[in-house]
Parts: sequence; structure tokens; C-alpha cells
Amino acid sequence: MGKLVQFTLNGKPVQMESDADQSLLWFLRGDMQLTGTKYGCGAGFCGACTVLVNGSAQRACLLDVQSVANKQVTTIEGLAEGEKLHPVQQAFVEHDALQCGYCTPGMILSAVSLLSDNPQASEADIIGGLDDNLCRCGAHKRIVEAVRSVALKPKS
Amino acid sequence: MYKDDKEKKMKSSTAFSRRSFLKSVGGGVVVLFTTPPRFSLAEESHSVSAAAADSFNAYLRIGEDGRVTCFTGKIEMGQGIITSLPQMLADELDVAVEMIDMVMGDTDRCPFDRGTWGSLTTRVFGPELRAAGAQARGILLGLASTKLSVPIEQLEVRDGVVFDRSNPSSQVSYGALTKGQAIASEMKSQAQVKSAPEYKVMGKSFRRRDAFEKVTGVAEFTADIHLPGMLIARLLRPTAHGAKLKALDVSAAEAIEGVRVVRDGDLIAVLHEKRQVADRALSMLKADYDVPESAVTEENIHAHLMSRAPEGVPVAGGGDIAEGERLSVEVIEHTYQDAYVAHAPMEPHAALASWENGKMTVWASTQSPFGLKGQLVSLLGLADDKVRVLTPYVGGGFGGKGSSPQGVQAARLSKITGRPVQVFWTREDEFFWDQYRPASIVKIRSGLTRDGKPAFWDYRVYFAGARGSEQQYDIPHHRTVAHDRGWTAAPGSHPFATGAWRAPGASSNVFAREQHIDIMAAKAGMDPLEFRLSNCSDPKYTGVLKAVAKGFGWTPAAGPSGRGVGVACGIDADTVVASMAEVEVDRSSGQITVKRVVCAQDMGQVVNPAGATSQMEGCIAMGMGYALTEAQRFRGGEILDLNFHTYELPLFSNQPKIETILIDSADPAPHGGGEPAIINMGAVIANAVYDAIGVRLFELPMTPKRVKAALA
Repeated sequence: MGKLVQFTLNGKPVQMESDADQSLLWFLRGDMQLTGTKYGCGAGFCGACTVLVNGSAQRACLLDVQSVANKQVTTIEGLAEGEKLHPVQQAFVEHDALQCGYCTPGMILSAVSLLSDNPQASEADIIGGLDDNLCRCGAHKRIVEAVRSVALKPKS
Repeated sequence: MYKDDKEKKMKSSTAFSRRSFLKSVGGGVVVLFTTPPRFSLAEESHSVSAAAADSFNAYLRIGEDGRVTCFTGKIEMGQGIITSLPQMLADELDVAVEMIDMVMGDTDRCPFDRGTWGSLTTRVFGPELRAAGAQARGILLGLASTKLSVPIEQLEVRDGVVFDRSNPSSQVSYGALTKGQAIASEMKSQAQVKSAPEYKVMGKSFRRRDAFEKVTGVAEFTADIHLPGMLIARLLRPTAHGAKLKALDVSAAEAIEGVRVVRDGDLIAVLHEKRQVADRALSMLKADYDVPESAVTEENIHAHLMSRAPEGVPVAGGGDIAEGERLSVEVIEHTYQDAYVAHAPMEPHAALASWENGKMTVWASTQSPFGLKGQLVSLLGLADDKVRVLTPYVGGGFGGKGSSPQGVQAARLSKITGRPVQVFWTREDEFFWDQYRPASIVKIRSGLTRDGKPAFWDYRVYFAGARGSEQQYDIPHHRTVAHDRGWTAAPGSHPFATGAWRAPGASSNVFAREQHIDIMAAKAGMDPLEFRLSNCSDPKYTGVLKAVAKGFGWTPAAGPSGRGVGVACGIDADTVVASMAEVEVDRSSGQITVKRVVCAQDMGQVVNPAGATSQMEGCIAMGMGYALTEAQRFRGGEILDLNFHTYELPLFSNQPKIETILIDSADPAPHGGGEPAIINMGAVIANAVYDAIGVRLFELPMTPKRVKAALA
């Protein structure tokens, strides 16, 4: 009944039988226990479940597992290299760019995707690029400052 | 309100065991301490009935490894006390903040606490925590004095090491002192805490200590916890509040392998090990409801509420209104209205319950772990030590996670199924079962004397509550009357549940008062800042007003000046706050753009300036929502906005430039920080809109439609 699906998850191969209606979000959170990917709305409105698919930000709640077959999926757990944070993660820490932290994984991955497309993103680019990610605590100002600080860093 | 006898009853009936606590803590030096009851409006309606109460509310331990642990029923939901409470202890104990661990919101390990709300942690819990720290330091100094044979007066402490001031090589660490000790000391009178010049840690900015966990996805929220054999529950949600279930066909759902359907009174759930199967099963339930007829909608709710308004209760007053009317050459009368607003935390309500060996353990996203525990003890008829509530990180609360019904749902389902059960509300559940900030009405009549001074102030608030209704101006004849009990009202008033929403009532009251004051200023032909300063003698208010004016670069002009600038001020959680805003209004579309908000607050002692600033910014950002876009739509008990595509939260693209100013206060006491800066947002934008286009908006939110109607 299920279809054999293979993809790469945080750098490691995953192979599994997947039903057509199996959402990537609940697969990650349930089967893989990668719970850094958050449920916020289930309909693509809030961005809390954002993951990277082939480096590009996507809403896990809108994807089924079959749709990521043979692709590279990165969740928040796969972003740092060991203890070494990704520059965007580091910038969030340094700017206190979070409060409750629930939207944070999705924000960070959306920002990583944004910066990979536009490494020198301006403030307006960042605001536009993150506009579909919701934060209820109101950390917007600090999130923009954090992402902007990464954009401004000299690239090695 | 908690009555003394109620507290006593709770205490005797639950026989909270201090000894078992101490046993679980292990060795070291332990100080037990209590927080004084503080019956503010913020606490009134939160249920902690039957919860265990004891003579102490928290404790701290200096362990045999020299590490300090603070055990408290308070919880971390983004407000940042996980960072600021250790700062307090670090100063009182002379240890590094890194040496302090926090154990929060676990009812087995932490003593009773009323809950985390009302901006009470820093101002009420904080001083007690500091005193306990000071007492622990005193005990440790006593031990050190014996050990080193040096009089206490001659001892100093640095980084958890006690040493002889005149011979620093004579020293002993806290860890060495507590080794083999098991000292439990109850806090007696107030221990001598340090004074401001001695602070090394408080008053300095510290980054969030939970940041690393939260940016790596490691931080554990309730729904992130998995137990072996866990079932995931999806709940059947009625089509409307007040709807009665007529018929239910569960056969299709039950036919799915592994699905369990539970019907327990009003609680109907489908459960499965896999979320997507539970989702599918829920969609196969065939439910038929009787929905009561109701003509109440967001369009006519205010008239409906006025028809049900209870008698008023005076909350403030002075002079004689009739005399004030005689002195007035102009009487100004307006009605201000506010909408139902959702809490909408990004993390929906979540709970995981495990019924095992006669004990119910529940992890819950809650602002009141002991409140939930109390509910479970009485509902399940269990002994006090047979219910444990644990609180992982909470993904936003804002007052909406005080009553924790999801914890009760999970516990019931776990007991019925005999399996661990996760209840994780969908966004639609969250909007449906939210306890909304109530729609409300404020009616103000006021008068101006011949020389443009306020002559009288007659203020009535309906359904918002009295919080924030006090006026701070020098008005000789005034009266403030509240026609309600705050955020709850008699059945039949609100079409669905209402509850405490960040600074409950204050945003609605400040919207009315500060706009009305502005209208008086305009009538008097005065600059609105000048009008406020010349009619207010409270130095905290004049201080924040002058500070915000300086930061904003305010230049006086009588409104409307066409510049689109506005001012508002108020008090919440004992913190005085003033805001200024600059707006642009597109007359053809009615769209308001808030370009800049500057906010100054006098919160007394500031423990963590970075944290306090974050809270101010968050208040301003969140306040943009109730001011401009947020209002739940409904038809009777049917909730129409169930997700974020129609319920509009503030976005990055509509955030103003935010600047914050913390006053270097003359007041040494700490006051609230989580709520105050949100209260001015409706008023300051409304006043700026008036300054821009010369029209008043008397109803929140200030949507383009309302702007266009006001301009027409």
C-alpha cells in the first residue's frame, strides 16, 4: 500500500514506506522524533514548521513525505555542526531574537534560505522574506536585526 | 479572590508534605520561602481550587557541589524569568549566574505557586527570592566562620568562595561548606538583602539562557515529549459554542485499524498512535448538532452587551460631578468600543498525560501547573501526591494558558484508555476554545473649564474590567465606575468564553481614556503632551512623558497638526509607561501605517535591562494587532476566524520602527515588565491618526474600513 521513499534527512539517508497522505511534518515530529519542527497552524500560514528542501524553505505541514523523495531535507536539528551554531543561529542568540522560542526554528530556517538566495539581503528584503512567518511574542525587530547582522558580515 | 479560609481549607485538606520535599532535595543548605498573597485583579479568576497550598512557595538549595538550584512553580513562556531570577540569586549569594539552575513548574519538585501571570514574578516573587538568597548566604557565612575560625563580619564571598578579608588565602567554597550538611531553614523575617550600589549582576543585561536550546530545536515543549505506547488524540469540536450534540456516528472511524473512539460526556476523541490516522479518523466522525439561534455578531455585540450590563461599582472618585458640570463651559461625551481578541500563542495548548500505578502525570503547556493539578485532584478524586504536573517550555501564554483544559482532557483520556495520551490542539481548536479578551465599552463624559482645565471626569467601563481605568490627571471632580467583574461575565453576556489577555482590560481602558484626554486637549487648543503635563502632577508620569518626548523629538502643536504624531500614557503592574507614535494614513484606502513607536517606562528597579527591553518591544509589536487588525468574527457561538489566513496577527511588514527607553528610576522596587507597554498601543495610534487626518476612531481595531467610514 505504501510507496518506498528515499531521501536525505540532515545528511543521513532515510528509507521508508509512506502512504500518500503522510505529512512530512508529522513524519518528522512523530516517526523521527525531530520535534524542533513545530506545528503552528497546519495550513502553511505561520511558518513554524519550515524546513529546508534542497536548501530552500518549505512548509513541512503542506508537504507529504513522497514529495521529498530523493531530495535533501534539513530540519533545525541538522543546521548546526555539532556545537558550532550556524551563523544565523548564532545571530539569534546574540541578538536575543526570540522569546518563547516556538517560532524560532522556522524563522531561522526561513532566514537561512533567504540568505542563501540573497546573501546581502537588505532590511527590506528580510522583512519581505520573513513576512509569512508569524511571531506572537513580538521579537520581529530583533529577528530582523539578527538576520541583517549575518547579511552584513564579510563573506569568507 | 482567594479568601483566607479557602486557603486554610486547601492547606489542611491536602496535607502537603514538607518532609517528602526535603527528602527529594537531598543534602546541602535549603531555604524555604513564601510569597505574600497578592490579590491583584490579574489573579482573581484563575482557578487554583483544591491545589496544595503550604506556608512556603518556593525554595532554593545550595548543593554539595556548590551549585544553586531554585525550585519554583513559576514557568517560562518567553517572558524571560529563566534568565532574570538567577540574576537576583547571583547577587544575593555572590555566585556566578552560571552556577544557578532553575527547576520550574514541576508540582512534585516545586512547592505550591499560584501561577505565572499579572507581571507578578519579578515584583512579588523576586524580593522573596532575594531574601531567601540572602538568608542562605547568612547560613553559609555562619558555617564558614566556624570552619575558618574567623568572625562573620570579617568574611567576604566571591564566586561562591568565602574568604577572610584580611587573609584571602583562608578560604572555603560553598560546595565544601555544604558537603555532608542537610540544613533546612525556613525564611523568618526579611533577611538583609543587598542595596543597589552592591549589585554586580542585577541591572546588567544578560542574554536569554534558553537561547541555545531554542535555536537548535533541542528545547522541549509539551508536544515534543513522546512516551512509549502513546496515543495521539484528536478532539471533536462542536460547530458552535452552546451547540448540543444530537447524533454521532463513529462507525467509519472505528473501522480503521488501531483507532479508538472515546465518548466521555462532553469529551469526544479519536485516538491512534499516528497523527495522520487520528486526523483521518476524526474526519470520518459524523456529528449532528443543534445550534442555538443567535443574532449576536461582531457588528451588534456592543448593543447586546449594554443590554446585559450589570450594575456599576465605583472604583475611584473624588469631588462632586454635579459641581464639575457647573464649572464646565464645554462637555465632551464619547463611547469607545473594543473587540474580542485572541491570545493566539504560536504553540497551541498541549498536554501529555500518563496514568500509571495509580498516579496521574501530566506535562502541560500551562501558566498554572498547580491550578491544573488542583483540577485533576478533584476531578479524578486522587490524593494530592497522586497527581503530578510538569511544565516544559511554554510557547507563549499571554494569559490564555491559565486554565489548561487540554491537561484535563489528556488526563481523562489516559485514564480511560490506560495509555499515555497526547492532546495537542489544532490551530482551529485553539481559536475555538480560546478564552477571548472580551469586547467592551467605555463611556466617558468630561468637562473643560473656561480656562481649558479639566473640570470633571465621569467614566464608566463595561466588560473590560477596572484594570487601567484609573485616571492619573488632576481633575477635581471625578468618578470611575466598572459595570462588570473583569474578563468574566454572567452567562448570556459573551457568546463564548472570555479570559485574561495580556494586561487584562488595560488596553481597552487606556484606548478610551487617552483618546478622550486628547480630545479635551484639542478642545482646549493645546498640544496634547503639554495638556497632559500641565494636568498631571505625578512625577512618574511627567518623567516618562518627558523622556518619551525627548526620545521621539516631539515638537508641540495643537492637534490635528497633519504630522500624524500621537501620545498616550498609563500605568500597569505598577509600571508607568508613555508612548509616542508617528503614523501615515492613506485617505483613499483607509490604511494606517505606523512608522515609528517610541516608548518610555518607569518600572522601578530593572533586573535585566535586555529582558525588560525585549518585553517592551514585544508589547509594542503585539499591540499593533489589537490596534489595527485583530478582531474575532462570530455568529452567536460560531467562531468564524479559525486560522491565520483570516485572523490577522501583526506581521514583519507592518511593524513600526521601535525605540524603547528605560527610566533610571528613583523607585528602588521592581515593578511589572511583561504587560505595561502594550496598554498604550490603541490610544497612541488613534491619537496619531487624529493628528494626521483630523478624525477620531472610537472603535478598535482601526481597520481601513473604519478609517474610511470616519472620513466619509
